[in-house]
Amino acid sequence: MVGIRTRDLRKVYTSAPPFAAGGGFGAPTKFGKRSKQPKPEIVALDGLTLEISPGEVFGLLGPNGAGKSTTVGILTTRVRPTAGQAWIGEHDVWKEQVSVKRLIGVVAQRPNLDFSLTAREILLFHGAYFGLDSQQRAKRADDLLERFKLRDRADQMVRGFSGGMMQRLSIARAMMHDPQVLFLDEPSAGLDPQTRLLLWEIIREYNQGGKTILLTTHNMEEADALCHRLVIIDHGRSIALGTPGELKSSVPGGFVLRLRFAQHSTALLEGLRSLAGVREVRVNDQSGADLYADRGGSLIREIVTLASAASVDLNDVHISEPSLENLFLHHTGRSLRE
Amino acid sequence: MNWKCFLAMLARDAQVARRNFFALLLQTFLQPLMFVFIFGRVMVGSGYMPPSYKSLLLPGIMAICMVGTGIWAVAMPLIAEFQFTREIEDRLLAPMEISWLAVEKVVAGTLQSLAAGFMVIPAAWLLLRPGVDLNVPHPLLFAVVAVLVALFSATGGLALGCSMQQTHIGLMFSLIVAPMIFFGCTYYPWSALEKFPILQRAVLVNPLVYASEGLRGTMVPQFPHLPLLAVVVGLVFFNALLLATGLRSFHGKSVS
Repeated sequence: MVGIRTRDLRKVYTSAPPFAAGGGFGAPTKFGKRSKQPKPEIVALDGLTLEISPGEVFGLLGPNGAGKSTTVGILTTRVRPTAGQAWIGEHDVWKEQVSVKRLIGVVAQRPNLDFSLTAREILLFHGAYFGLDSQQRAKRADDLLERFKLRDRADQMVRGFSGGMMQRLSIARAMMHDPQVLFLDEPSAGLDPQTRLLLWEIIREYNQGGKTILLTTHNMEEADALCHRLVIIDHGRSIALGTPGELKSSVPGGFVLRLRFAQHSTALLEGLRSLAGVREVRVNDQSGADLYADRGGSLIREIVTLASAASVDLNDVHISEPSLENLFLHHTGRSLRE
Repeated sequence: MNWKCFLAMLARDAQVARRNFFALLLQTFLQPLMFVFIFGRVMVGSGYMPPSYKSLLLPGIMAICMVGTGIWAVAMPLIAEFQFTREIEDRLLAPMEISWLAVEKVVAGTLQSLAAGFMVIPAAWLLLRPGVDLNVPHPLLFAVVAVLVALFSATGGLALGCSMQQTHIGLMFSLIVAPMIFFGCTYYPWSALEKFPILQRAVLVNPLVYASEGLRGTMVPQFPHLPLLAVVVGLVFFNALLLATGLRSFHGKSVS
């Protein structure tokens, strides 16, 4: 069984992050001082340290541009770290690339199937790159095509496949050489609910065989359903780490009520803080406030009463139940989808 | 070096080439053979060109076919796979140093270019006969030159494929490939430029000049041509330069 470690990983792009990193970025832009023509510097990772145990399903959770794909890019030899180190098992990812590539299977964020080949050929050639003999290749390809429900399209060119079929085939391909560590970058993006469930089942099954799985997602439900532990990253830094249960229970109260008033007042905020079950009130701007509380809907009536007593219009209320999304909001003040 | 992986990738390229065989065939041969027909058959038959032009033209046409095939076979997939379809990612993640993937592309391109070169000889000969005076006194030397020409096409494809944007493919052909062919001594021998001394020196930076003169010198040595030593040195130099440039750009594209 093989684990994953990173130490103080840092990545600064001096041009737009290319596709190996998923093309996303969102960290603040700075300008280098030394060069005559300043190049924009994009900090994608800012000292990320992780320790993923062998046999673990580990999730990287964060909004677009948080550094998830860059982390996967570094761990899969496709992105060179600006500083810091990463290991797959005992192998330094940057210095022992070939040994690392033997251990890993990768599903990229966007389909990158070989359009010049049929579905079966894609699996067979992938197996051949990894040195499987022709009998092993044929059997494994058959099994995977069956498991991923692609048997009836096996001998067709993948150009005409739907997005969901391409995604399934990408995952089958990554599993073809039975890697010890599987990287899945947003695996269920664009999948219908039924296929997503099939995928989750396959991921759990693969993990039960002792394989380590690292997946990135911004889907709370997926992280909650699959991951033993997860890290929440934002602007290239880890902001929380733990099991989904631990992380959720670290949010005060669990429920979040996002309130929007015409304009709130100090008296109103004090009133909100004193309501039974309210753990914390965070003020966002002149009109918005987030209430962290033990209960959700039952607070609405009291909030409305307080607002009308203070002659403040309540324009909008959004209630979220205990979730990882709330955790993200609690740590960053922003929603995952913002 | 992981030979199994390298050979599997060659097998993959062979499978793709087999699948696209007829399209490749038309794309490679149609235009040069029409040229052969008009200039070698119609113009010679109607007396506008001397009969000896048939023999002079054949090595040049072979050079065009080989260089066109190699560049197309290596550059076009690389441009698309790096920038648009990302198909190459699976092979970049195969257990082999990524430079060997670039070398594999060069080997596949070289083989395709050689196949095109050896297929165009009988095709052009059939179109032009009678009157083609092929004369290969040193088959081994001819083979060396042909391999160097094929390698030039593939390394050129690697260098172009890793430095061109997808939106610049049209420009690549009109600004690089077309001038290279017209100033590459393909339709005329280098000695024909004697009356244009500046041009005659300037075209020596065009590697296609060495390719067509080398084929001319080994297939129809009765015509004036560059010394074969100069041809071999020129082609080896350009091959090394293009391979080094291509590998560097390939690395730049593969790892960010």
